[in-house]
This record gives sequence, C-alpha cells and structure tokens, in this order.
Amino acid sequence: MFLRQTRSRGVVALAAVSVAGVLLAGCSGGGGSAPTTSNPYASAEGMDAAQELVGEYPREETVFTSGTQWGPPSSWNPIPGAGGATGLGGLVYEPLFQFDPISLELTPWLAEGGEWTGDDTYELTLREGLTWQDGETLDADDVVFTAELGQVDAVPWSNLWTWLDSVEATDDTTVTFTFSDPRYQEWDNWLYTTMIVPEHVMGDWSDDELLSNPNEDPVGSGAFKFSAVGQDRMVWERNDDWWARSELGLEMPMKYIVDVVNTSNEVALGLMLSGGLDLSNNFLPGVNQLVDTGQVTTYYDGEPYMLAAASANLIPNHTRAPMDDVAFRQALARSVDVEKIVTNAYGGLVQKAHPSGLVPAFEEYYDEGVAAEHGWTFDADEAASILADAGYEDTDGDGFVETPDGEAIDLKLIVPAGWTDWMEAARVIAEDASAAGIKVTADFPDAGALDDARATGDFDLLINGNAGVSNTPWTYYNYAFYQPIQEQMLAGNFGRYEDKEAWELVQTLSRTENGTPEFTEALSAVQEKFMTDLPMIPLWYNGAWAQYNESQWTNWPKEGRQDAYFPVLWNGYVQMGGLNTLLALEPAS
Amino acid sequence: MRGYLARKTLVYGLTFVAAVTLNWLIPRLMPGDPVQRMVARAAVQHPETIASMAAYYERTFGLDLPVWQQYLNYWAALFRGDLGTSVWLFPTPVSQVVLEAVPYTLGIMIPAIVLSFVVGNTVGAMAARSRWLDNVALPVGYLITAMPYMWLAILLAWGLGVALGWFPVAGGYDFGLVPQWSWTFVADLLHHWVLPFLSLFLVALGGWAIGMRNLIIYELESDYANYLSALGAPRRLVRRYAFRNAMLPQITGLALQLGTVLGGALVTEIVFGYPGLGKLVLSAIQNQDFFLLQGTLLFVVIGVLVANFVIDIVYVLVDPRTRTGLTGATA
Repeated sequence: MFLRQTRSRGVVALAAVSVAGVLLAGCSGGGGSAPTTSNPYASAEGMDAAQELVGEYPREETVFTSGTQWGPPSSWNPIPGAGGATGLGGLVYEPLFQFDPISLELTPWLAEGGEWTGDDTYELTLREGLTWQDGETLDADDVVFTAELGQVDAVPWSNLWTWLDSVEATDDTTVTFTFSDPRYQEWDNWLYTTMIVPEHVMGDWSDDELLSNPNEDPVGSGAFKFSAVGQDRMVWERNDDWWARSELGLEMPMKYIVDVVNTSNEVALGLMLSGGLDLSNNFLPGVNQLVDTGQVTTYYDGEPYMLAAASANLIPNHTRAPMDDVAFRQALARSVDVEKIVTNAYGGLVQKAHPSGLVPAFEEYYDEGVAAEHGWTFDADEAASILADAGYEDTDGDGFVETPDGEAIDLKLIVPAGWTDWMEAARVIAEDASAAGIKVTADFPDAGALDDARATGDFDLLINGNAGVSNTPWTYYNYAFYQPIQEQMLAGNFGRYEDKEAWELVQTLSRTENGTPEFTEALSAVQEKFMTDLPMIPLWYNGAWAQYNESQWTNWPKEGRQDAYFPVLWNGYVQMGGLNTLLALEPAS
Repeated sequence: MRGYLARKTLVYGLTFVAAVTLNWLIPRLMPGDPVQRMVARAAVQHPETIASMAAYYERTFGLDLPVWQQYLNYWAALFRGDLGTSVWLFPTPVSQVVLEAVPYTLGIMIPAIVLSFVVGNTVGAMAARSRWLDNVALPVGYLITAMPYMWLAILLAWGLGVALGWFPVAGGYDFGLVPQWSWTFVADLLHHWVLPFLSLFLVALGGWAIGMRNLIIYELESDYANYLSALGAPRRLVRRYAFRNAMLPQITGLALQLGTVLGGALVTEIVFGYPGLGKLVLSAIQNQDFFLLQGTLLFVVIGVLVANFVIDIVYVLVDPRTRTGLTGATA
C-alpha cells in the first residue's frame, strides 16, 4: 500500500519531488494538462485518478510511459528474464551489445567489441571506465560471473553451457569464450539479451535466490536507477554518473521515467489524448483513427502505422488428422483471406505476413525465389482443387469435405477469450475455411485453459505469436521446428510437427555465421522446407504497438528518419531500440 | 454454557478444516499452469532451458511433490503463517499482498455492516409505528434490497461519479498522492471510500429495515404486548420490550448476512477498482495465481467464521432464554 523507497537519498529526493509537484500543481492549477473537450475518454473509469499521476513529477523533466507492466512492480531481479519492473533490463541493467531490428546491426554497448579469433573462440573487449551505480567498477570478472550463472540449471541461459566450454577473464577488460559447439546465431542472441549483473552483489546469493530474490535495491550500470515504486507505477531516476555520458557522450534528456501500470485501454487512451502519457505501448484498437486526425502519432503515418514485432501464426495440431496431411495444410493456408483480417479485425494496424513467416525486419533474408515457387495467397478455388486432388470430398452433402477415409472434419480454432482482435480474426478464418469446405469453428476458452491445451497438444488449431523480432531468423525457425517433442511443449513447435530433416536444417542455420554464403544457403533451405511442409501458417504481423503524444517530448521514431528505432519498452525490447528512442527525445519547446 | 461453547467450537473447527481444504483444492482444479506461464514469458528465445526453469519454479512453489504431500505442506505452512509466494507478483509473499489489501476491504465492510444494521433497525422500528414513514420505507427498502450489489454499484458510479462528478469512480486513493498519514491523503482516501461503502450499505439497509418493521408489528400484536397494554403499561415500555424481542432474529440474520455482504464487497471492489481483497481475487484468477487466490480466500473464510462465532457468543449474552435454558440444543 505504501510507496517504498530504498536508500535514504531516495527518500530525500522523493520528498523534494513531492514538494515540487505540489508547488507545480499549485501554480498550474492541477498539474498536467486538463482533459480537453475533444477527449472522448476523459470520463473513462479511473481517468481522474490517472490524470493526477501526471502532476507529481515535474512534467517537463519526466517521460510517462505505459503498456508494459500489468500488475504492481514486484521484482527488480534481471536474472529470471521476466517479471521485472518495466525497463529493468536495458535502463538499469545493460547487455554487452544492443541490437537494432531496423538496421539489423549489433552495436557494442558495454562491450567495446568482440570477434571470433578462432573457429571456437570468441574474444570480447569491454569498454574502459564502466561503473556500477554504487561506484564499483564493472570489469571482465562481472561478465565471467554472469556467463557462469548459466551453470545453475534454473537460470534462463543455462543452455549456453551445452555448447560453451569455458569463460576466462584474460585481463580487466578482455574475456575469452571457448566453445565446444559454436552456435553463432545463438551467441549473437545471448550477447544482447543477457544483462550483465554485478558479482559483488549477486555473488553472495544462493542458487535458489538467483531467481527468487526480488532484488529490491537494484545496482545496475545503466542510465536510470531506482527512485520509487507504488502499486500503480515504477519511477526511475536518471543516473548522473552513467558511464556512457563520458564514454559515449550520451545524455538522457529526461530526469524521470514514470511507467504507469496498465489498467484499461480506456484509461490508456484517455491519458494519451490528454497528454498525460508520452508513450503507450498498448494495443489500442482504433488508434488508426486518432493518428489520421493527428491526435497521436505512430511510426508510420498511414497503414500499417506500427513496426512489426512478431508474426501471428495459425498452428495446426500435427498429431491429429487431417492436420497431419501436408495437402490439407496447404489448402487451409490458401482458404484464409488475411487481408480481410487486416481490415476487419485491425483497421489496417497490421500487415499480412510473408510466406516465410519472417518479420519485415528480416526482409533482406526473404528468399523471394522460394516464396514465388512455394508461397501461397488467398485462393479459395485453388484450396478446393488441392483438397479434391488429395481425396477430400464432400460425400455426405453437408457442404463440408470429409477426409479421404470418409471421416467428417470438424475443427475448432481456439484463441483466448478477451483478445478481441484475435477473436475477430479467428471468426474470419473460420468463415473463410468453411467457405472453402473445411469446417472450422472459432472457440474462445479462458487464457489459462488455452495455455494448457497448447502445451499438452490438446487442440485442433490455434493462433500464436510467441517468436518476436530478434537478431536472427533462426529464432523464428527454432520456434517453428523445435525438437524433440516433449510431453509439454512450452516454447515452440506447439503443433508437434515432427521432421528430423527440418530440425537438422535449423541446427545448421544456428551454427552458420551471419553474412556468409553458407548462411544464405541454409536459410533458403529452411524457408523452402517451411513453405512446402507448412508446420504452421503465418498470417499477419503483430505490431510493436507504440503511440506517442508529442506535446511534451518530440523527436519520436518515425519512418524515414536517421535515428528511428523500435519505440518499445517491453521486456527485451529496451536494448532493441527503447533506450535509443529515449536518448533521442527532445523537450517540446 | 460450557457445553454450548464446546459444541460451537467443534462445529466451527470442522467448518474451518473443510473450508481450508476446498480453498486448497479449488485453484488446483482451475485450468492453466502458473509455472508454465512464468517460464514461457522468460525463455522464448531459449526453448532448451524451459525444462530446467520449470523444474525450479515447481520446486519453489512445491508443485513437484505428490498431491497429498502438497496438501499436508499447505497445512504446515498455514500454521507457520506462511501463505506461499505469489506467482503474479513473484517473488512477493502472498501474506504481504493480502495484508496490504485487507484494510481496504474491512474499511468498507465493517462500517457498512454496522451502520446498515443500526440505521436499518432504527428506521424499521420507526416505520412500524408511523404510517407515513412505512409507506415510504417499505417500497424503497424492497427496491434497494432486491438490487444486486454490482448493479447498484454501477448505478452509483454512473450517477454520483460520472454524471454528478461528486466522487471518484475508481481506485482506493488518488494516483497523484503518495500514501502517507497526511490530511490530504486521508481526505482523499475517504473520498474514494464513499461510493463502495454506499453501495454495500444501501443494499443491506433495506433488508434490515423491512425485517425490523415486520418483526415489531408482529411483536406489538403478540399476547404479551396486549397483556402489558391491558395492564396499563406506557406505550414506550411496550415498544421497548417489542424492540428487544425483535432484535434477536435480526442478530441471527446478521450472522447469516455476513457471507453475502462479503461476497457483495468483492464484487463492489471490482466495479470500483478498489484495491481490496475482491480485486485481488480477480487478478489472482486472471493470472492463475493459485497461491494468491488461496491466501485471499483463506482470509475471507477466516473472517466469516470468526464473525459468526462472535455473533453466536453475543447471542447468548443478549438472549436470556438461551442462557438459562442452555443444554446445547440451540446450537
């Protein structure tokens, strides 16, 4: 219930801020801008309360964000990789590299650089002058410590040690990694997804604590440090001793970042329109109309408005007939008019997926030759003829085909109840498939029941978009083809597609270095396998939902700008553009 | 008296065991797996690590043990005051999350119960001897007592919150304030308290008023009242006797009502986004947080049982007949 502050200086700072906030409120008569009459959400439930939040910190020095946190912040421990307060990874703790999904470049961050010095040795050089927020030096030992945490089973990067042999700090700023099985693609991924943690703090933790210590007094190396937390917010304060100020000449333009816990779309929209929120990373249905009337802005001025973050895939259960038949899957893919989903369910906020399933960030990896030969588009007639050729016929005259064995087909497509956009999409798919003669009904179980069904393989069809944008197309194909099939499939291959050859192709991809001809070759082979066998059917791209209000802060990422980044603060996206987005902001005069 | 208490204690003890068992069982019958959710969030990039992470969390939550052992551990932890760790707000202990919410729920419930009981009985007693008041109180009472909590809450939120703008419609206190013991904060807390309180208070009020009115009329027409009148006792005295007799069924009613009011409080909190136990129950269900759900419901169960027990004792004190004729038969 009560605001918790760590460290005594935090208390003083906060008290000062509260006083400033009160004074400011006194002067401006309310603090924050009052809702204008044109704001239809001004009366949304919780709006008044949410409005007031804006008055507490000096508005011109604070960036208000929302859309990431769905419950009171409860953990500041970067090791579990999820569940931490918004921005913990990236703003407070930092990775060795940053990755920009627009330019597809890996940029050294804590590292000054790194290179493969042999087939299985990688030498990493750290920057000089790196410090933790408590004044200690961040050196090679911290990197070794972080990597070696993976030797504890429960740590999310424990699989690193199935292909990494040893880590050694050669001197204060050099770390040598020796691999038993160098997986280049996965390694690059590790370099920017893993937060370097301080050995002098976490070295004392027991193995069990590594995941369950809330780490209420986080000591990171990043641009922001803990300021205050409430049930409804996380407040970060600029770290004026940030190493990047002197090393890279970077200045964070805002003193505070206040991340507001999500309540409802109405509150988020209301805050957005009244200028109480600078950046919202929520999916806000109908936001396209607000962009068109100039009330908020997004990355693109027109469709699809948002950058693509992940592909939403139709996943057939390969352990059930007729989904185990590739001809059936091919027909199903051709029976769905994705453009209708884009228009009806999203109002143009998303775009149709490429047949390779890869997000547009990976456009340069698309093998258009393969796509032209094996790709598909909406074509109900072609779907019907594929079905007919494969022996699917409507023998009982009910308008729907039966399997070649004469069994009736009656499939259920499940998406979580309450995900209105996906529910609408599922209705469109069911309608289109049924029109092509495949009986599909949309069903909306509770999200928990759906998780169960997905993990245990107790479903016919479902939609999933868990594999997001990353440094390598390997992540997507690893997600699509992942082997072995286990009792519970939790991270990929929910459809339980089994194919040794495909999995070997994916593993080859993982062991090939970016930019080499072998890489292009391996990638083409995987794409061909993907399109011909269709373990799943990519439909559309879920967006990197981000809408800005430019009344307080300008220079938000937009298409065509030099410094355009992924404007998202979701877990894992801060080092993929969120931090750079914040760095580039300028106060509106 | 001792026999009565012993019997009551036994009944309450058994109820407690049954309630706690159900409380443990029900979240486990819900679809979904909290561990799976936690892990899937963290390890999408590294499917290979999922199994070991899941094993770790299952161990942390004690879900890797056989079911009977989980059940026994649950009881053991309960007696240590340990309600487990929240999944949704990992790694915050459930007891901490619940204790932060309890004051809000009690804050609207206790005043609503006490005030509605006092005011309702007074109004009912007065209505029984005033035709004018009776004509007003009876229909109004029927109307509000028949309203579902949720519906009345929505009406109040719309009427007094949105349309008239007198009260805030959501939250326990203003987001702009730092919780502290200052006048501004307490005033704001009260301001947010009014609507949730009012919706509970009003629904309960009607029931008490109607009940009391009917009981008083019944008592005033009973033989002892007629006899007293015939003896020439003043009307005030007769009414006082009638009132005291009419109170007894009302106290029984209070015990029965507690559960309903509590259920109402949970729904009301959800409508007003009030940060009490009701909102926790909803969040716990939405996030498949077994332990939080268990912990919250446990508080509810204990609350209802304790309150009923207290009322049973009070009943003995206020009704001399129970005291003199105590053989345990009334239990």
